[in-house]
Amino acid sequence: MTRTLSALSARRRHPLAVVLLIALALTLTGGLYAALVPQPASAQPEQSASATDIAEGEKLFIANCATCHGFNGEGGDPQPTGWGYGITGPSLVGVGAAAVDFQVGTGRMPLPYQGPQAVPAERIRFSQEQINQMAAYVASLGPGPAIPAEEFLDITALTEEEISRGSNIFRTNCAMCHNFAGAGGALTKGKEAPALFNVTERHIYEAMTTGPQSMPVFNDNTIAPEDKKAIIGFLKSIHSQPDPGGLPLGYLGPVSEGLFAWVAGIGLLIGCAVWLGMKSS
Amino acid sequence: MSTTASRPASRQDKAAAGVANFADDSVGASKIVNGFARKVFPDHWSFMLGEISLWTFVILLLTGTFLTFFYVPSMGEIPYEGVYAPLHGQIVSEAYASSLAISFDVRGGLIIRQIHHWAALIFVASTVVHMFRVFFTGAFRKPREINWVIGALLAILAVFEGFTGYSLPDDLLSGTGIRIAQAIMLAVPVVGTYLSFFFFGGEFPGHVLIPRFYVIHILLLPAIMLALIAAHMFLLVLHKHTQFPGPGRTNDNVVGFPLFPVYMAKMGGFFFIVFGVIALISAFVGINPIWAYGPYDPSPVTAGSQPDWYMGWLDGAVRLTPGWWEFTLWGFTFSMNIFIPTTVIILVVMAVLVAYPWIEQIATGDYREHHLLDRPRNQPTRTGLGVMALTFYVILLISGGNDIIAHMLNLSINDLTRGLRLLLFVLPPIAFWVTKRICLGLQRRDREKALHGRETGRIVRLPHGEFIEVHAPLDEYERWMLVQHESQRPLELQPAAGANPDTLFGKVQHALSRFYFDDRVEPVTPAELEAAHHHHGHGGEHAAIDPSEKGSAKTTNSLTTQG
Ligand code: HEC
Ligand code: HEC
Ligand code: HEM
Repeated sequence: MTRTLSALSARRRHPLAVVLLIALALTLTGGLYAALVPQPASAQPEQSASATDIAEGEKLFIANCATCHGFNGEGGDPQPTGWGYGITGPSLVGVGAAAVDFQVGTGRMPLPYQGPQAVPAERIRFSQEQINQMAAYVASLGPGPAIPAEEFLDITALTEEEISRGSNIFRTNCAMCHNFAGAGGALTKGKEAPALFNVTERHIYEAMTTGPQSMPVFNDNTIAPEDKKAIIGFLKSIHSQPDPGGLPLGYLGPVSEGLFAWVAGIGLLIGCAVWLGMKSS
Repeated sequence: MSTTASRPASRQDKAAAGVANFADDSVGASKIVNGFARKVFPDHWSFMLGEISLWTFVILLLTGTFLTFFYVPSMGEIPYEGVYAPLHGQIVSEAYASSLAISFDVRGGLIIRQIHHWAALIFVASTVVHMFRVFFTGAFRKPREINWVIGALLAILAVFEGFTGYSLPDDLLSGTGIRIAQAIMLAVPVVGTYLSFFFFGGEFPGHVLIPRFYVIHILLLPAIMLALIAAHMFLLVLHKHTQFPGPGRTNDNVVGFPLFPVYMAKMGGFFFIVFGVIALISAFVGINPIWAYGPYDPSPVTAGSQPDWYMGWLDGAVRLTPGWWEFTLWGFTFSMNIFIPTTVIILVVMAVLVAYPWIEQIATGDYREHHLLDRPRNQPTRTGLGVMALTFYVILLISGGNDIIAHMLNLSINDLTRGLRLLLFVLPPIAFWVTKRICLGLQRRDREKALHGRETGRIVRLPHGEFIEVHAPLDEYERWMLVQHESQRPLELQPAAGANPDTLFGKVQHALSRFYFDDRVEPVTPAELEAAHHHHGHGGEHAAIDPSEKGSAKTTNSLTTQG
């Protein structure tokens, strides 16, 4: 179905046709989604993007993303020359608004250069409004996870038990890549699971629903929205409070501790020994 | 201030040689006390490295005892009800719950835990540094071989003591470590499965491991180590401490401070410095945040699961070993990819470590007692071997943290591992060769210095137009440091020494001896010194200029020469 849709939209001329098509797509996908996804579809609401948003989003997309992702987000052909340097972006049909908000909002997209994986940029090149427009456009290409509603991100009311549950779920599902405290870790061939210290609640949520790069998708069946919120609560709680033990040395575990013991511990003690030795002679 | 005491082995007139004679074959109890108090201890900062180990060990005993008051060695499961909110209600072992209680509920518990763990890391580190000081200075030579062996046993026991301690809190990381220990047992051919069942009292993880590790950690190993340390200290006193060569210091005496009171006061002071430094670190820097690791559960693991640093080299060895070393034969799996880089490597390293004093004895054919230390440069082959071993060890240690390094430096872990594999075989021989060359170079420079004096950097023009650099002669003491060591040659150049080269042992011995001493720089002989002095009198090319000759030489600057 999506194939026909994108084939059609590739030839679209009349603006009204676009709107019509999109409305059709939206109802279809919305309906399909509601039918297919079991319960708490609650995290997928507010597809309230207006047609103008989608149209604006498409313009932005064509200007900034199409070189790699294709003019209809169908995925690019390898381009040997020109901007993009032969990088192909994957198809964005069905990745959902959440993926765009995550990728562009963390500065991963538009991809500046080819590497093992996209790296968050220092400066985000788009306003949140523009990001929302592109997200609306990509969401219009096929059903996918939406940008989560505020109620799933508001962790202020979480109880201790919920945070404890979050720590448990994080340890079982995420720690093998992101480390026990979200300090990050290496994956194969130069890829890495990044540190999660400075990621916003929304982007954490979206990372789970969209599964960027080598990260698996944790949909609402694997980890329910409430549990996602608990994970976010856990991460924010340990990252906002000082560690009870003192400097945590980056939460990197025994490697940084060993280095510290050698450099500071043995270093200081040998320094004292040399000093005492000098005193006597 | 310094005292001189004679060696028991001294053939000199003992009465004349002075105080503190310790005749080991004829000591009565009173004599021990008396002798001990009047011992002298030579002074050098590197002789305090062993003391750092000693004091950290004492700190470990003290803080460890405190921890035993509150720790519960049980794998029984209970819901966590303590004060650390992010773990509320989770099912944890009693061992883990009590470790958290020590951290958060017991007054001063957290700082004691942190002191205990930092002291453990520093204990093993200082032991290794101490061992290398003993190695590079040749302090393991006769009569101290047994003390070297005791030390080597202590080093390996320290590693096991550390590992069992690391396992006790039963957090996610220590559980992962125990799992790997089980893998190491399982990988032992034939008996692996039995070993594992024996240790774990059945399937992994079972219910007996923590109580067993507890007994090993707080009773068995500390008792053995304490006994070995006592023996180590006893032998130290018996043999007296070695000393670096220097004016008045011979193979037959010890120059230093009297043990009592000067050295005792100094040692006591040093204990407080060591305790102070470790307490300071523990107050500000966290270690082993078990609350953040969470309780052990066999299914999750965390990225960056590493052992404490002293086990890191074994972890590194496993990480570098390719997986295809594992094979199946007659329906059995032989996990050589685990067995060789763990069990086999430990055994080989232990064997070489323990045997080294005798290996060198064979190479030198020298069975005499040595109480004067070597300057590392005067033993180029030994120093080279030491640096080679160190390089090998450090590469394995780095490999143990390959994922953290890849993550921090944005490298590909695959490339890094391949690179480290290559380095493991390429770097150590290079390190050996380079170190040996550097030592030989330094020896040559010492020779030059002893014969022709120190370069002053002043250029002088002689009457016939030649330019020479002025060399200032050394004083007696300095020169003695440079010429005091013995010449060491391959056994074939010393007809009287070594075993008969026609026997198998003789062949090995001669080959070893060639390996050690074929490349060498002969120390300056008295005859050479004499000749050099004579030569200088006539103002040769590299000669030190005598003040008397100054008039005939045009100095290019207006400084005067000091004779
Ligand atoms: C230079 C080429 C390039 C450009 C320009 C680019 N992308 Fe990408 N994009 C990629 C590649 C390559 C990937 C795969 C990312 C990875 O593997 O890390 C990707 C992945 C994505 C994903 C994730 C897809 C998924 O499966 O979750 C989204 C969403 C995305 N891009 C959106 C955009 C948007 C929106 C823009 C424009 C603002 C953009 N990209 C511009 C190359 C590009
Ligand atoms: C298989 C390993 C893996 C697992 C398991 C995993 N992740 Fe990730 N995660 C990744 C990788 C790889 C990235 C980087 C993706 C990229 O940059 O394109 C990532 C990115 C993220 C980001 C974005 C970080 C940033 O800097 O913007 C968040 C947030 C995140 N993960 C959270 C989670 C959570 C929460 C879980 C558990 C529910 C989890 N991850 C499980 C591999 C993993
Ligand atoms: C538990 C660990 C250890 C402790 C507490 C310890 C303690 C000490 C102390 C305090 C000294 C005297 C001071 C000095 O020379 O530094 C000493 C000397 C010595 N140690 Fe150790 N040591 C330990 C491990 C080792 C190891 C691993 C080795 C070698 C394999 C070793 C070999 C020696 C030798 C040969 C001497 C005599 C040195 C000399 O007389 O010059 N020790 N030890």
